[in-house]
Amino acid sequence: MKVLVTVKEVAEVEDDFEIADLDVDPRYLEYDLNEWDEYAVESAVQLAEAADEEVEVVSVTIGPERSEETIRMALAKGVDRAVRVWDDDIEAAEFLDVASKVRLLEAVVAEEDPDIVLSGVQAHDTGFGATGVALADAIGFEWGAVVNALDIEGVLNDGVARVHRELEGGIEELTEIDLPAVLTIQTGINEPRYASLRGIRQAQSKEIAPKTLSDLGLDFSAVESELFLTDMYEPETESDATYFEGDAGEQAAALASALREKGVGAE
Amino acid sequence: MSDVLIVAEHRRGEIRDVSYELVTAGRELADATGGDLHLAVVSGDVDEFATRLNLDGVDAIHTVDYGEEFNHDVYAQATCALVDDIDPQFVLMPNSVNGLDYAPAVANRLDLPLVSDAVGMTFDGGLTVTREMYGSKVETTIEVDAERATVTIRGGEWKATDADGDADIAAFDFAPDESAINSTVTGFEEVAGGDVDIADADVLVSVGRGIEDEENIELVEELADALGATLSSSRPIVDNGWLPKNRQVGQSGKVVTPKVYIAVGISGAVQHVAGMKGSETIVAINTDPNAPIFDIADYGVVGDLFEVVPELIDEFQ
Ligand SMILES: Cc1cc2nc3c(=O)[nH]c(=O)nc-3n(C[C@H](O)[C@H](O)[C@H](O)COP(=O)(O)OP(=O)(O)OC[C@H]3O[C@@H](n4cnc5c(N)ncnc54)[C@H](O)[C@@H]3O)c2cc1C
Repeated sequence: MKVLVTVKEVAEVEDDFEIADLDVDPRYLEYDLNEWDEYAVESAVQLAEAADEEVEVVSVTIGPERSEETIRMALAKGVDRAVRVWDDDIEAAEFLDVASKVRLLEAVVAEEDPDIVLSGVQAHDTGFGATGVALADAIGFEWGAVVNALDIEGVLNDGVARVHRELEGGIEELTEIDLPAVLTIQTGINEPRYASLRGIRQAQSKEIAPKTLSDLGLDFSAVESELFLTDMYEPETESDATYFEGDAGEQAAALASALREKGVGAE
Repeated sequence: MSDVLIVAEHRRGEIRDVSYELVTAGRELADATGGDLHLAVVSGDVDEFATRLNLDGVDAIHTVDYGEEFNHDVYAQATCALVDDIDPQFVLMPNSVNGLDYAPAVANRLDLPLVSDAVGMTFDGGLTVTREMYGSKVETTIEVDAERATVTIRGGEWKATDADGDADIAAFDFAPDESAINSTVTGFEEVAGGDVDIADADVLVSVGRGIEDEENIELVEELADALGATLSSSRPIVDNGWLPKNRQVGQSGKVVTPKVYIAVGISGAVQHVAGMKGSETIVAINTDPNAPIFDIADYGVVGDLFEVVPELIDEFQ
């Protein structure tokens, strides 16, 4: 059995930042493993650990060389090997929309032939929340979006993913999904482990296979998007908040009197 | 081909608010394209839903009487079949948990671009969508260089349409390929019962990831005690197991409307704000002056919670 888990390196914006052209100036960006993908990685590794048979966990990332640092984190937590898709054409692509990503991931799925694909619900930076389900449809898998509970035994023994899908308002939907399937994993589904020192050491020698478009039998048309990002700006603040200035003590005193006026703290 | 198709959402017999907002968004777009607005209701008591969704601005309602609850295979198939039949220029769906469970499949199957989580849309010969990025820190405009497209809209961004309309209601002749329905909804579960109901509290002290460590939760507990408030939180605190699920405010937690909501180290992500924006007075304490939580705050403290909160506790002791 093989589990493919999608892993994205996401950019996080520092408190103060500037926009240069059509993106946040890279000086104000920090990179990290996408929060949702951490949970997807943990689910994948738990599947492998619970199985009697050999289960291989392979991660796939669309990202530049820099993202190998992030990928190593996944490898340190138990992913067996990684595939990283990137080349000059992808780098030059103006906007990697959902359809473009799906074309790349579809080609990786064709090579890897997984039984189940786990992705995060969304990437924290772009927040489209759509790649997993679109991929499922493209590769002819079943799917489930926003999964916050997964019965591992069912996946390993019955060919069925019994899941909870987390709907709005504290309601969960109980769903049975025939495998093969793509599940988009929600935070809180498990407790992502910390990488052990041993895991970190082992990760250094695990394979991260680079793949170009042509390695995947694709050409630049695969990353030609019909969507163009034409502007990025800081939204005009709608804030009419009263700000309390001064040091922490002064701020707290001013806030305290505002709160008292609202009746807070009155016995 | 200038028409717009919107797909309504319902759950356990109730029409979801976003359906009424889709009518507004869809009508605006159809006015710009010069087309008709079509509304689809799929599964459940479709006749009842169609009557209730017969709203001002809707030209035609198509009912798909198959199944009871949402099933993504049925929704994807039905939406694609309707697109075949109606030939709309744009398909609008909700950016809800269920919307995101079928809209991407519809886009893929129809080979159409998808722009998800739209907060604004304009059409001037081509479609331009406004959406946020980087956890609501920036807004972007996306130009769609295609004649047709699919869009999911964020809830709460368009006004709801309530006024009655006079659309034609017709049953859509649809027989799904049942061999392609490979998922089954077996039930629902309500989560997050327990000792306290944060929705009952007059004053909430709500803690977010800015608290950094489980052992620091004590600090905000102390603050809540000093203020006579109840402690609630954003999602990561619950995901980490630092507070139980019944303390979570937001889209997938509780919706709260206290007199005073004090957000401590919470950024103000849309899914969090969905659960607390109706609070009477909102206070935010955050080191980041650009945190989106300040957009909806009445009182703001730009500062380090580890310095401000102890001082605030002192004020009330
Ligand atoms: C389908 C779905 C459903 C979701 N449902 C919910 C939900 O119900 N509820 C919910 O809350 N989220 C929900 N989320 C998650 C949401 O998108 C955010 O990830 C989450 O709300 C972020 O929580 P936060 O603000 O505590 O953390 P962050 O976004 O990490 O913000 C932490 C904040 O703390 C500030 N900070 C850091 N240090 C300090 C300090 N020393 N002093 C003061 N401030 C400090 C930072 O500036 C930052 O603004 C959902 C997401 C999805 C995809």
